[in-house]
Amino acid sequence: MRKHFARKYLREEVLPSTFCPGCFNGIVINAFLKAVEELNADMRKVVFVSGIGCSSWIPSPHIKADSIHTLHGRAIAVATGVKIARPDLNVVVISGDGDLASIGGNHLIHAARRNMDLLVIMVNNLVYGMTRGQASPTTPLGLRTATTPYGNFELPMDICRILEQTNANYVARWCISNFFKLKDSIKEAFFMRGFRFIEVYAPCITYVVRYEGKTPGEKIRELFSVCMPKETADERKAIPIGVFKREDKPGYVEMYSEYRRSIS
Amino acid sequence: MRRLMTGNEAVAEGALLAGCNFYSGYPITPSSEIMHIMAAELPKRGGNFIQAEDELAAINIAVGASIAGAIAMTATSGPGFSLMQEGIGYAIMTEVPVVIVNVMRVGPSTGQATKPAQGDLMQARWGRHGDQALVVYAPSSPQEALYITHKAFETAELLRTPVVVLTDEFIAHGREVVEYYDLKPVRRRIQEKPEPPFGSEDPTRVPPLPPLGEGFNVMFTGSTHDEWGYRDVHRQEVHFKLVKRIWDKIWMNSKSLFLYEKQGDDDAEVTFVCYGSVSRSVKGAIAVLRSKGIRAKLLRLITLWPIDWEVLEREIEGRVFVPEMSLGQLSFDVEKFAKVEKINKVGGGIPIYPSDIVKAVVEVMR
Amino acid sequence: MRFKVNVDRELCKSCGICASICGRSAIKMNSGFPELVGECVGCRLCEFYCPDFAISVEVVE
Repeated sequence: MRKHFARKYLREEVLPSTFCPGCFNGIVINAFLKAVEELNADMRKVVFVSGIGCSSWIPSPHIKADSIHTLHGRAIAVATGVKIARPDLNVVVISGDGDLASIGGNHLIHAARRNMDLLVIMVNNLVYGMTRGQASPTTPLGLRTATTPYGNFELPMDICRILEQTNANYVARWCISNFFKLKDSIKEAFFMRGFRFIEVYAPCITYVVRYEGKTPGEKIRELFSVCMPKETADERKAIPIGVFKREDKPGYVEMYSEYRRSIS
Repeated sequence: MRRLMTGNEAVAEGALLAGCNFYSGYPITPSSEIMHIMAAELPKRGGNFIQAEDELAAINIAVGASIAGAIAMTATSGPGFSLMQEGIGYAIMTEVPVVIVNVMRVGPSTGQATKPAQGDLMQARWGRHGDQALVVYAPSSPQEALYITHKAFETAELLRTPVVVLTDEFIAHGREVVEYYDLKPVRRRIQEKPEPPFGSEDPTRVPPLPPLGEGFNVMFTGSTHDEWGYRDVHRQEVHFKLVKRIWDKIWMNSKSLFLYEKQGDDDAEVTFVCYGSVSRSVKGAIAVLRSKGIRAKLLRLITLWPIDWEVLEREIEGRVFVPEMSLGQLSFDVEKFAKVEKINKVGGGIPIYPSDIVKAVVEVMR
Repeated sequence: MRFKVNVDRELCKSCGICASICGRSAIKMNSGFPELVGECVGCRLCEFYCPDFAISVEVVE
């Protein structure tokens, strides 16, 4: 009997995962591994680095590959060290909005500034899920969370628009409902040089979607019509998706190599 | 090789001789010169240097590089050392070698950035949350700083642990002739076949680090984990086994790790216990005391953690004095064995002079 | 070509995404597990959107 296509890349002994039923993290895994399958990529040369949070558990322990599960907010810093020491490896960071853009915000900005040769996939679930639903810097205005019980009054950040202004080579956002676009975006970014950032808009099933009274399937179907191409999206009502930036400048590794060559 | 060097230069030279090929750091007085030297030397030698955006990045980048096979270090001072504690804790938990130099300055907080102190001893030993242990060395001169920094890299590789080297601003910016011979680069031990990276049947054996990129599917995590790296946040026996092994890794080797210098008269009436740059004043004081007919000895700690307590018990005799450029931290250790007369002076860049020490001893001995 | 779906009940968490996403409404949840009640055209959306790697599509010979 044919098993699910992703299972050949996964550690069977940790399945079923500890993710909530319907958690969109599993779909991110599928999109990533479908990209890997179509690229016929050598998983031995991929190193995953993640922080703390539900989406940081995507690579570790589920994906059968080298993985470094680090401190909260520090995934990009650790990934930087790995990539500089082993530029031959494909270093992929998978983490969440809180881990990468709140506590890890400084490292995110500077890795983008340096055009560090990393692929960063940020699963944006709009809250801190693992710690039971506190607000994060991407929590939409008005949402009730554990720390905004009367409705969030702070304005959220649009990380893709911020990173668009840095030296990053590739910045994109897709909704979790855009499986094929997400998969193709990962394929495109996989072997590019420089800093590649893909945000996956994937509201937390337990602390956001459930309180909307929707099932996971209903939420995905809703996102089909809520996620609109950024060129035409009305940001008051839609989530703008697409590629915000696509360039092919030399990344940090190449620039440092050139620097070293120029001294000798 | 024989050269006039500052302590910071000696630390950098010791690191380079040890084969350090990765430096990530952040500027902070009085350690920045170490970083400047590494910035100039490492790219020339095929190594990697990066100035990080903050100390949190500095330590985490160094740890990431070490996991990927680099011989990595960073250097900082008190405020940066405080920021690095979580990262050092991660390196302890995942058993990753890394050398952290803390050039101590007057604290707490911003303190007096350009003035020496010895106030970070307890922090170097205990600064991380939870059960943990690492090795702390403290040279007392630029000459010793070169050798001890080299030793720190050796210890880090041998035991797969972070190692802290504590100097202070006097040593860092003081200049003296430094000689060195025959220091070999350290060798990173890498697994050839997959084996559990975080445990061993033999409790005295520290397994080699697994390589990345070879299909070993290694798992590093700061969560409690079993010997293969599988996260286990539930079982008591898995956690206890892990932290006990990490603690024992350091403490079972306390006798071989504990470096110290003993100097002065046998059958002494006075024992000085100290470390770092203060020791030089103590040596001067001992000579003066001898001329006053007071027999004094020095027990100078070079390893500040772990401690071979038997050495302290054996060597401490007579009246005990602990001079420190702080309000007293080493004195707590010594109080286990004898009543301690503290000689404390900190701040303003004013050293504890031999005359301060002589005066304190003479007053007590009267 | 004809297709069928395989469900690994040990992995399925009954989230129902497969039933929601099927473009032909061919999957219904029955006692917590997905069941093919209509015609499967092999689009594999259920497989791609299954967060627990529990449902897969197979060609029927």
